[in-house]
This record gives sequence, structure tokens and C-alpha cells, in this order.
Amino acid sequence: MGEITLRNFVQTKLQIFCDRLASCNTFEDLHDFIEGLRGLFEVEHAVYHAANRKGEPFAIVTYSNDWANYYEKEKLYRVDPVVLNAFQRFHPYDWKSLSWDSKPARLMLVDAIDGGVGNQGISIPVRGPNGELSLFSLSHTASDEYWLRFCEDHMQMLLLGAHYLHQKARSIEHQGVNRLYTTLSPREVDALTYLGTGRSRSQVAEHLNISEHTLRVYIESARFKLGALNTVNAVARAVSNGLINI
Amino acid sequence: MLCYLYADELNNYPKLQDSMFKDRATQFGERLRWDVSIDKNGYEKDEYDALNPMYAIWRRANGQHGGSMRILPTTGMCMVNDHFSDVAGGTICSPLIWESTRFCLSPDVGNQAERISAAIMLAGCEVGLRFHLSHAVGVFDPRITRIYSALGWSPEIIGQSGSGREKVQVGLWEFSQDIRIQLCQKSRIAPDLSSLWINQAFSVETGQEQSA
Repeated sequence: MGEITLRNFVQTKLQIFCDRLASCNTFEDLHDFIEGLRGLFEVEHAVYHAANRKGEPFAIVTYSNDWANYYEKEKLYRVDPVVLNAFQRFHPYDWKSLSWDSKPARLMLVDAIDGGVGNQGISIPVRGPNGELSLFSLSHTASDEYWLRFCEDHMQMLLLGAHYLHQKARSIEHQGVNRLYTTLSPREVDALTYLGTGRSRSQVAEHLNISEHTLRVYIESARFKLGALNTVNAVARAVSNGLINI
Repeated sequence: MLCYLYADELNNYPKLQDSMFKDRATQFGERLRWDVSIDKNGYEKDEYDALNPMYAIWRRANGQHGGSMRILPTTGMCMVNDHFSDVAGGTICSPLIWESTRFCLSPDVGNQAERISAAIMLAGCEVGLRFHLSHAVGVFDPRITRIYSALGWSPEIIGQSGSGREKVQVGLWEFSQDIRIQLCQKSRIAPDLSSLWINQAFSVETGQEQSA
């Protein structure tokens, strides 16, 4: 697959990801969403794990009930290198890069593969503005070559997706109480306002006396704060939340 | 060589750790006269060093610190958003933008200063490209902008405040392969060698432990 075709392909997946996520309103919806990621990414399993929700680990998994229950009952998150690593690291990691040398980890690995988790995995740690922490993971049965390629091709979308998913989970958890980021910066307000009135990016950049490069950063940052799929969506949300006037 | 180490991993390299925090005290406390706190060991440390950040470090042949920077994601607690959002015109939060702070050079590197500066910037670029990030954002003292421009990778300034010694700027650096190659040339590090170093730090083959 050519590079541009691949980029479009991954971009399409990200859009589907965001569209489906946008319609989630409850944890049950989120569970269905995560279940649906198996098909979207063509992988065996997907997991969302919030490390410190009300002091208890909270996870949505697609694993078999047998494995999920066993993991829970044995409190394997206390020895699972995938989970423990998220407290210390913020870069995306391949599960093979972790240390599985401790005895409990070695035993768990054998059981996990036996339990259908797969022999490959990647995790994206998420750091939130209030010091909260979560982890999004995909796992699969595949060769090292296949998995390396998969991770490389999907890295950016997984980074974005993991953060959007985290925002959604937080907003469900704190429904009606607060939003993750309640304000846009003055620059972000300007950028979205002018874009919303139909000006092109180059016109907006010129008007604000900044480069298009910088404008892109403000748009991306605003988009992220608003949990929006694209620029149009970000403008729409900013208007409906009363953050900008058009 | 370039090392990529989280704070907890840096504990395994006492000489490197000790010289890095002392060099930071020299640069930020004595030379730039920033309002930083120096602990009883003579280390310059702040609350972000306590968040287990990642450091990109040039480690000299004698095991000591030659230069470094500190890296944190902008979606969590970080310096630019906690303390400089007024300068930047608001918070910058994106999964694709990580913050780089405490760009520091050892006072002992003599005529290697430019080369090591290039190496540290190369390390930042390697991290960005490896994790498919778009930009780095950083707060810096305008007195070091000439270093960035000499390296051909000047930040885009998005805000500034204060004047004279108090002046600080916030800027963005965009990651690209072209910049990486340019920084390899400036630092006189072969691109393959640079790849090897970052692979050692993050890849599957050797895990997270780097050879001491």
C-alpha cells in the first residue's frame, strides 16, 4: 500500500473511531464501542484501563470472561507489567519491550496467552490534566514483523484515539458535573471564530499575525479540548457550548 | 552518546544524575539567574522532576552529563500550561505535542558546545519522530535562541513576556526527517547511530535497560 493510501486508510479508521465514540453516553455504550474496536483494527482484543478511578482499578475489556474474571480475582493488575509500566512511562510501548522477568509476570504471561490475550500488544498511556492516568491497549496473535508494521502505521491514530477515549470516559464518569477543559485560550477562540466565519486558514493566520504552522497548533489544541473530530466539528461544539460567538 | 532515561531509570546512573542536576544549578541558578531552587546536594530540581519525566541526555565518555532536556506530555501537568499559559496565550494541550524544558549544557564542554547542543536537539527530534508527534513546545530564555538558530531549528515564537533577564518566550518546534538529518550533520552523529541509540532505549530487542 502506498504511503498516501495508507494515510487515508488510517485517517478513515480514526474518523470511524471518533464517530462511534461521539455517540457513547454510558459505560455500556463504551463497552460496545471497545468491543467494536476489534473489528475496526482487526485485532483480537482492546482494553481501556483507568488506573485510579475512585481508588479502584477500572477496566473495560474484550477478553473472555474466564480470563477477565481470573485476572480480577487474582488481582493480576498488581503484577502485570503492562499496567505497572503505565504508572512510570508516558510513551506508547510494545509489550515485548517490557520486562517479564519476575516470576509472577512470567507466570501471568503464560496464563494470558493461554487465556486468549494474544502474543502481541501495544499500550498507550494517557496523562490527564488532573493528574489522572489511563491506559489503552490492543492485543493480537501475530508475527513480530506484522505487529511492528501495525504499530508503526497506527501509532499516531492510537495516540489520538487513546486520549479521545479517555476524555469520553471521564465525561461519562463526571456527567453534568464538569468538562475536562472548560475554556479555550484567547488565541483558540480567535482561530475558531474566524474559521467559523468562513475565512481560509491563510486568511486567519494573516489576520491574527501568526504563521499557518502556529494556527494549526491552536486548532489542534482547541479540537482536542473540545473532543472534536475535525475543525468544523470543533467550531460547532465551541458555538454550542457558548465558547465562541459567530 | 545520547541516552533517553526516565527519572527512575536515571537513578541507575548516579554519576550522570549527579552531574546533570549540578550542571542545571550552574546554568539556571548561576548563569541565567532564574528563580530556581537548589537543594542541599547542589541540585537544581523542581516539581516536574518529581513527575518522573523523560530526560534526553548527552552522556560524555567519562559518564558525566554533557547536556540535556526534560520531556513531559502536554495533556498532563507540565510547566508551559501550569505557569506560562499567559505567555503562550492559553494552554497548549495535544496528544501530539510534548513539552521540552530545562535545555541545559554542561559548563565543561568547551568547544563541543555547539555539537552537543545539536545532539540534544537531535534527541528531541528522535523522540518526536519515533512516537509520531507533531511538535514540541517549550519555555525558554531568549538568550539561548541563537543556539537554536545556529542549529537551523528555530522555534516559532508563540508568546513572550517580561523584559531583560526576566524575559521568557514560548515556542514550537515541528518534527521532521529533514530536521533530523540536519541535526545529525551538525552534531556529527551518523543517522544510523542515532537510530541505534533511541532503539536501545525504547525497542523490543533490548528493552528499557541501556548498557551502563
